[in-house]
Amino acid sequence: MGFVEIEDVSLRYRAQGAEEGTLAVEGLNLSVEEGAFVAVVGPSGCGKSSLMRLATGLHFPTTGRVSVAGAPVKGPVSVAGMAFQNPVMLPWRLTRDNVLLPLEVVQPHRSRLRRNRAEYRARAEALLATVGLAGQGGKYPWQLSGGMQQRASLCRALIHEPRLVMLDEPFGALDAFTREELWCVMRDLHAEKRFTAILVTHDLREAVFLADRIFVMSARPGRVIAVRDVPMPRPRDISVTYTPEFSEIVHELRGHIAEARA
Amino acid sequence: MAARIDWVKAAPWLCTIGLFLIWEAAVRLLGVPYYILPAPTAVAYAAGEFAGGLWRNSLQTLWTTAAGFGLAIVFGLGLGLFIGWDRRIYAGLYPLMIGFNSIPKVAVVPILVLWFGTGWLPAVLTAFLISFFPIVVNVATGLATIEPEMEDVLRALGAKKFDIMTKVGIPRSLPFFFGSLKVAITLAFIGSVLSETVAANAGLGHMMLTAQANFEVPLVFACLIALAVEGIGMYALMAWLEKRMTGWAQRSGFNR
Repeated sequence: MGFVEIEDVSLRYRAQGAEEGTLAVEGLNLSVEEGAFVAVVGPSGCGKSSLMRLATGLHFPTTGRVSVAGAPVKGPVSVAGMAFQNPVMLPWRLTRDNVLLPLEVVQPHRSRLRRNRAEYRARAEALLATVGLAGQGGKYPWQLSGGMQQRASLCRALIHEPRLVMLDEPFGALDAFTREELWCVMRDLHAEKRFTAILVTHDLREAVFLADRIFVMSARPGRVIAVRDVPMPRPRDISVTYTPEFSEIVHELRGHIAEARA
Repeated sequence: MAARIDWVKAAPWLCTIGLFLIWEAAVRLLGVPYYILPAPTAVAYAAGEFAGGLWRNSLQTLWTTAAGFGLAIVFGLGLGLFIGWDRRIYAGLYPLMIGFNSIPKVAVVPILVLWFGTGWLPAVLTAFLISFFPIVVNVATGLATIEPEMEDVLRALGAKKFDIMTKVGIPRSLPFFFGSLKVAITLAFIGSVLSETVAANAGLGHMMLTAQANFEVPLVFACLIALAVEGIGMYALMAWLEKRMTGWAQRSGFNR
């Protein structure tokens, strides 16, 4: 059994006052092994964000089962960390205090944090250093560039050492060079910390570069219409993105997406 | 570069002096009688003549306004937090608030007088009633506009509503709150003077009414100017407080 199991799930959003509501996903099946890096791609509005909310326990399925780490999801799963396209940093906190925010919520850190400030500060700075933000923790987020804020937001997703990391197009708003840099940052973080990662993205190259397995979703109501394993060995250098093998997989996925949109 | 004039800093003073000069010149050149529009010099003379009374009544208005404004802060902040806490409370109470705010406060003063008699209390209450609304609306708006992603990040970790409010909502609404104080303080002056003109035996509103009855038109204008000065002073205090407390929200100024 996988670390994240989504079995025959449908999710209907009840619009306020409406009888029916929209069916975001239907007949969704997805299984992710512990420590794997998977990507989910699909046309826009295919329920990828619903998938994120299902796996983190922010939403419950209308029908079907969701389990994480062997247990059915009954509420928010605190083993998860999340990063979004928008870095959503709190502007009144220093970058390092933004990174520490999750620890102010989850135990046992919540009760330890106040008394062990220095220790936690060092921990945040160390994590920031691994994404190339050494010594930047004392700045406010708005003093950092967009790419740097997104790095910090990855740190915030990872600071409580989550076993599951959910990434909702975290590189979508960045320029091409910064994006490829952050792919490598993500690759190295995954290699080092071995969490289970689910990346939702529109960028097929990004999916192929980072993931071991790629799920293609259909248009709404979303379900998985194709699964593609990426056999290229890890860790991958950015130069693999120029190999024929890489392009072939990207093309294949593009074909699936075109079908899904039709 | 040392002796250059900072025009931005000098502009408010120059404009104010300019206004008084134009006013003085217009009154003299057109020969406007003093009981229609007194010249600034006549106003200044009257202010000097009645300096004691002007000072006492200014202080009276200042403290009733400040007291009403203080109540508005406490009550407005509390109600704003309450309303912004939950969408249902927000939906339920907002129309009531709008309705209440639409009632002309001049119509409320007689009711307050009926309840509490004439004196300082109706002035304090009118200042409070007229100035708490912008505070409530702004605090509630700050809370209601938390980024959904931020809420997801925290809720996924098992954060309770209270955590989200204290860590994100309340700090986030502070710039809205301090911004609203600038609006609220000027409204508070309107409220207290309004009440003083209707039912009081002290304060600038009362003094203006008395001066008007005695045809002391220059003194009426002196009262108006005293009010304007108090308003500017309190506004400046609020603006300073806003800058002090929420500098992070005013990035361009804070960065330099």
